[in-house]
Amino acid sequence: MSAGRPAGRHELAARALRLGFDGVSVVHDLDLVVPGARTTVIVGANACGKSTLLRGLARILRPERGAVTLDGREIRTLPTREVARIVGLLPQQPLAPEDISVADLVGRGRHPHRAWARRWSDEDERVVADALAATGTLELAARRVDTLSGGQRQRAWIAMALAQDPDILLLDEPTSFLDVAHQIDVLDLLCALNRGRGTTVVMVLHDLNLAARYADHLVVMAEGRIVASGPPAEVISVEIVREAYGLECRIIEDPVCGSPMVVPVGRFHTDRPAASSGSGGGGVGGLLLPGPAAREGGEHQ
Amino acid sequence: MATIDTAAHAPAAAARRRPVHLLWGLAASGAALAVVVFLGLALGARSIPLDVVIDALVEPRAGDNDHLVVRELRLPRTVIGVAVGAALGLCGAILQGTTRNPIADPGLLGLNAGASLAVVGAITWLGIASPAGVVWFAFAGTAAAAVVVYGISALGGAGGEPMRLALVGAAVAAAATSLTTVVLLTDLETLERYRFWVVGSLAGRELDTLVALSPFLIAGVLISIGIGRALDAIALGDDLATGLGQRLDRARWSSAAAVILLCGTATAIAGPIAFVGLAAPHLARRITGPEHRWILAYSAVFGAIMLVAADVVGRIAGGPGEIEAGLVVAMFGGPVMIWVVRSARPGRR
Repeated sequence: MSAGRPAGRHELAARALRLGFDGVSVVHDLDLVVPGARTTVIVGANACGKSTLLRGLARILRPERGAVTLDGREIRTLPTREVARIVGLLPQQPLAPEDISVADLVGRGRHPHRAWARRWSDEDERVVADALAATGTLELAARRVDTLSGGQRQRAWIAMALAQDPDILLLDEPTSFLDVAHQIDVLDLLCALNRGRGTTVVMVLHDLNLAARYADHLVVMAEGRIVASGPPAEVISVEIVREAYGLECRIIEDPVCGSPMVVPVGRFHTDRPAASSGSGGGGVGGLLLPGPAAREGGEHQ
Repeated sequence: MATIDTAAHAPAAAARRRPVHLLWGLAASGAALAVVVFLGLALGARSIPLDVVIDALVEPRAGDNDHLVVRELRLPRTVIGVAVGAALGLCGAILQGTTRNPIADPGLLGLNAGASLAVVGAITWLGIASPAGVVWFAFAGTAAAAVVVYGISALGGAGGEPMRLALVGAAVAAAATSLTTVVLLTDLETLERYRFWVVGSLAGRELDTLVALSPFLIAGVLISIGIGRALDAIALGDDLATGLGQRLDRARWSSAAAVILLCGTATAIAGPIAFVGLAAPHLARRITGPEHRWILAYSAVFGAIMLVAADVVGRIAGGPGEIEAGLVVAMFGGPVMIWVVRSARPGRR
C-alpha cells in the first residue's frame, strides 16, 4: 500500500476496558488484542455491548476505566488525525450529505491525509480511484449516493473507508439492511481486502454462520464480556451459543467451507436426535414447551 | 452515466472535481452582486439620473443634493447591506453545517432575537449607545440564546434533532422578541430610536458603525474560511467524523465563535433579520453541491445579494414610505422556508 509499511503491523488492543453511558456500564473490564492482518468478527446477542466495544476501539467513546491502545500507546492521547490514518471506521448508519456523488463521498475518506490548506493531490486522486476500483464502484463514480441500491451504497461507503487508507478497518454491522446475496458480496469484498492488502478487519456481525465463515478470529460477547474468542471452529459450541444467545442449537459443518454452522432449534420444530441420519424416529416431545408448541409440533415430523 | 474508461482514473476525477465551473459561478454571482449594489445606489424615493449617480461616486461635488443623497444615504446602507447580508449568509451556512439541520438560521433559532434583546436592554438600562459598546451585548445575547435553544432541545437526549431545534428556536425567538417589545414600550425614547432597528432596517445606518465593528466581522469571516473541511467531515455523522480524525469539540467551538461574531455584529448593525441565513445556503447548495468551502463562499455572496435587493425593493415598492429590508426578506423568506421543509430529507444514509 501507499505508505510503504508492511500491512497488519499496527496493534489495536483493549486493556481492562470499561465502557458505558450515563454511569451504566455496557462493556465490563474487557481485554482484547486484535490480531494483525486478520479478520476479527465480534458477535453476540442484541445489547451485549458489541457495537459499544467497536465504538470504544474507534476512540468514539471515552473509557470509564482501562484503555484502548494502538501500538501500546493509549489511543485517546494520540493525535486523532494520526490515528485516523491507521484506524478507519464505518459506522452502522453513516450520513450521506444530500446530493453527494459517489466520487465525492469517497474523496471525503482523504480527510485525515489533508492538511488544512493542502490542495487535492495526485496521491489523493490515485488512492480514491484505487478505492473505487477495489470496491467495483468506479462506474458509479458520478452517480448520486441517494440513487444507489443498498448494496451499491454499502460498497461506496466501504470505498470511502478505503480512501482513508487505514491499516485497521472497523465496521459496525456492514451487512445490515442487505439481502443475503449482497451480504455475501460485501463480506467477500472485505475478505478480498484483508487477503489482498493485508488490512486488519474488525467487524460486528449479526449472522453467526456468516461470522463463523468469514472470521479468522471470532469474539463472542455476552453481557458486556467476552465469553469466548479464537478460531471459529474452536469457539462455536452448543454451550457457547446457549451462554451468549440463550438459544438451543445444533452445530454442523458448513458444507461449503467446513466452518461451524449453527442450526437453531426453536420451540416449534422437533429436535431430531440424529439430525443428519434422517431415521425418522419421531420427535423428542420432552424438549417442546407446552401450549402452542404441542399443537404445532405434530406438523413437523 | 457516460462510458467508462476503467484503465484510467479519469472518470473518478471528472466526477469529483468541478472547481472551474464553481469558480465561474462565483464570479457570476459577484457580478450579480455588483449589479444589485449599483441598483442600491441608483434607485430610491428621489429619482436621480444614472450619470449623476456615477458622477457622485467618481467626482462628488459638495453642496449637490443628488450627490449627497447617493453618498450619504444610499452608499452607507448599501455597503452595510452587503456586509450584513454576507455575515448572515455565512452564519446560516455554518449553523446548518454544524447542526446538520437544514432549517437552521440565526433568525429561526432565536439567535438574533437574543442579540436584539441584549442590545435593547443595554441601551435602555445601561445607557450604552456606541456600536462598539453595544456589540458585546449582541455577542452575549446571541450566545445566551444559542445555549438556551440548544440546551432545551437537548433535554431528554434528542439534542439537535431538526424539528425540535426549530421549534425551541421559534419559542425562544418569540419570547425574546416580546421581551424586547416590553422593554421598548416602557421607554418611549428608546422605542422611537429603535423602532426601525427592531424590524431590521438598513435605513439611517452610518458607515462609522460598520467600520467600528468590522474587526468582528473579519474575525468571523476568517474562522469561516478555516472551518469548511471540518463541516464536510461533520456532515457524515459524528462517529464517522471522529473516525476520520476530525476533532468535534474544536469544530463546534470554532463554529460557535464564528456564529456569535457574525450574527452578533450583523444584529448590532441592522437589527434582527431572519431568512437570509436560511435561504442563502440552500440556494448555494443547489449550485455547489455538498462541499462546504464552496457553500460558505456562495452563501456569503447570495446573502449580500438578497439583503441589498430586499432593501432596494423595500425602497421602491413602499409608496411614499419604505418597507424595511428585514420585512421584505421575511415576505420572500416565508415561501423559501416552505420550499425547504418540503424538500428537506435529513438524516438519510
